[in-house]
Amino acid sequence: MVAVTPQSSARAVAVGGSGWGRRAVLVVAAAYFLVPLVIAISFTVYNEVQGFSLGAYGRIVTSPGFATSFLTSLALAAVTIVLVLVLLLPAMIAVRLGAPGLRPVLETITTLPLIVPPITYVVGISSALREGADALAATPFWATIIAIQDDRFPVVLVLAYVILALPFAYRSLDAGLRAIDVVTLVEAARNLGASWPHLLLRVIMPNLRSALAGAAFLTLALVLGEYTIAALLGYQTFPVWIVTISGNDGQLSVALSILSLVLIWLLLITLSRASGRKKP
Amino acid sequence: MTVEFRALRRTYGATTALDGLDLTVAQGELIALLGPSGCGKTTALRCVAGFETPDSGAVLIDGKDVTRVPANRRDAGMVFQSYSLFPNLNARDNVAFGLRVRRRPTAERHARAAELLALVGLPDHGDRFPHQLSGGQQQRVALARALALQPRVLLLDEPLSALDAKVRVTLREEIRRLQLELGITTVFVTHDQEEALSVADRVAVLRAGRLEQVGAPAEIYDRPATPFVAEFVGTMNHVPGRVTGDRVEVFGRSLPVDGTAPGELVDVLIRPEAVLVTPAEDGGALILASSFRGSTARLRVQLADQSEVLADVPGHDAVRLAPGLRVEVGVVERPVLVTARTSGDQEPAVA
Repeated sequence: MVAVTPQSSARAVAVGGSGWGRRAVLVVAAAYFLVPLVIAISFTVYNEVQGFSLGAYGRIVTSPGFATSFLTSLALAAVTIVLVLVLLLPAMIAVRLGAPGLRPVLETITTLPLIVPPITYVVGISSALREGADALAATPFWATIIAIQDDRFPVVLVLAYVILALPFAYRSLDAGLRAIDVVTLVEAARNLGASWPHLLLRVIMPNLRSALAGAAFLTLALVLGEYTIAALLGYQTFPVWIVTISGNDGQLSVALSILSLVLIWLLLITLSRASGRKKP
Repeated sequence: MTVEFRALRRTYGATTALDGLDLTVAQGELIALLGPSGCGKTTALRCVAGFETPDSGAVLIDGKDVTRVPANRRDAGMVFQSYSLFPNLNARDNVAFGLRVRRRPTAERHARAAELLALVGLPDHGDRFPHQLSGGQQQRVALARALALQPRVLLLDEPLSALDAKVRVTLREEIRRLQLELGITTVFVTHDQEEALSVADRVAVLRAGRLEQVGAPAEIYDRPATPFVAEFVGTMNHVPGRVTGDRVEVFGRSLPVDGTAPGELVDVLIRPEAVLVTPAEDGGALILASSFRGSTARLRVQLADQSEVLADVPGHDAVRLAPGLRVEVGVVERPVLVTARTSGDQEPAVA
């Protein structure tokens, strides 16, 4: 039931210790994150021949494949987010209401994708697709297994990403559910005549805004950054495209990485603004 | 509207929460289900609300079996023990939630919410969110919310247990006032005997899923049907006594036994206010401690045989009856309950 609120953590910092120790930690941490970033940015805007130039960023927009790969990844992310939430939220609420004893089981299952390396998934998925296509060749499902591998929108990647996103989405939603008394809220809403869909949409979800936003953001970041599975299955998602391009133009590829970092930051800020607006 | 529990049974694994509960709540009556934790009182209430399904037996509302009716189709408003207001809605929208579920027009919802908030004494708090309300105010809003749909039955699941002592007393009086005003059949679950005795028309004492006794508060207190009820409602002294015929000797006095005695050597159950303490220089008893409670003072008195009893004396006698004073101990002359002896010679004769 204890949720760490921004206020309480801010207070803890204000109270703690003498100034110098904290500043040293801040400087070291900042250097750890900022130095590589600054070097990367300077690499994209400066070279010995031309001096300062924003040419690398200009080339991004004109590069072949930028728009399609970026839009594909965004679409994959959107569908993955919806699917993860639709699968996970009702399951987590059901476990809380009906079988609290199963919570550790759910937690362990959702942690598995962190333990198994992505390369293992790829091997599994590709052999499943190959053998599945053979096995289903004579049945109407053959068309399905072909359809989920469509280059324009590879559903098979969505399925893989849903699995990969489980640990992050679960933890975010779990923190949100811990902060509210789910059982009492559900019973109060049922007592007032609410159906299950109604209480899920009007009672639970509005009180999980920041947890839902957090789960969505983590999933988005994961999909926009996942390389191994997409590359090995042969799809041109945004990260795969970045790697492909970087073979020809090092400056361009680093510029792209920085751009995608900035884009993800902007999305994060937007989401946290949206979720933090109403509640104090 | 009546509520009837008919041979209700509910077990959770090895524990039996309800063991054949039979009870009928009359129209417009406020009945308190009283008992220690784990006695099944909350389970019984949740069976009426539809959050629990009994293993066997039935719940009838107004003669109709509702045992299998889903919770969202029952006509019973409920107030919960923990704060249950929807955190994302202000007080007005919380109260109007049930009307919104039923797709009533906005104007009607607001009018009804305003009316109910006024009824519970919070006419100006409609725009406040739950976190801006005190615990007592939140429970008032929860009460208004439970009444918004004009339910036939009101269910209160220890609604006051999270509140300060003072708020608890005012709010329970207000709940009672509202309940009488609306004439709504009400089941009030509590483990606080004072709460049960002060607001209920009848008190039902539960133990291990069974009904021990049901009756008016004064009847429960003055004429407990079983030693358990005597023990649970109010404080009881266990004083060793000796039975002869249908009388028992205690504190040097012979009193009529209420019911039948389980043997010759028994414990006599005596309320602290039935113990009489008078100063006497050569008295065999000694006042050990005194705690002042305003209108009364509770004395801990050591008897000649080293056992102890509790005695309640009027507050204005507290100064006279100070610790260290030697006294005589007597008992009010009236029939007493006896139980098999549990107090040994060394143990204090106080429960």
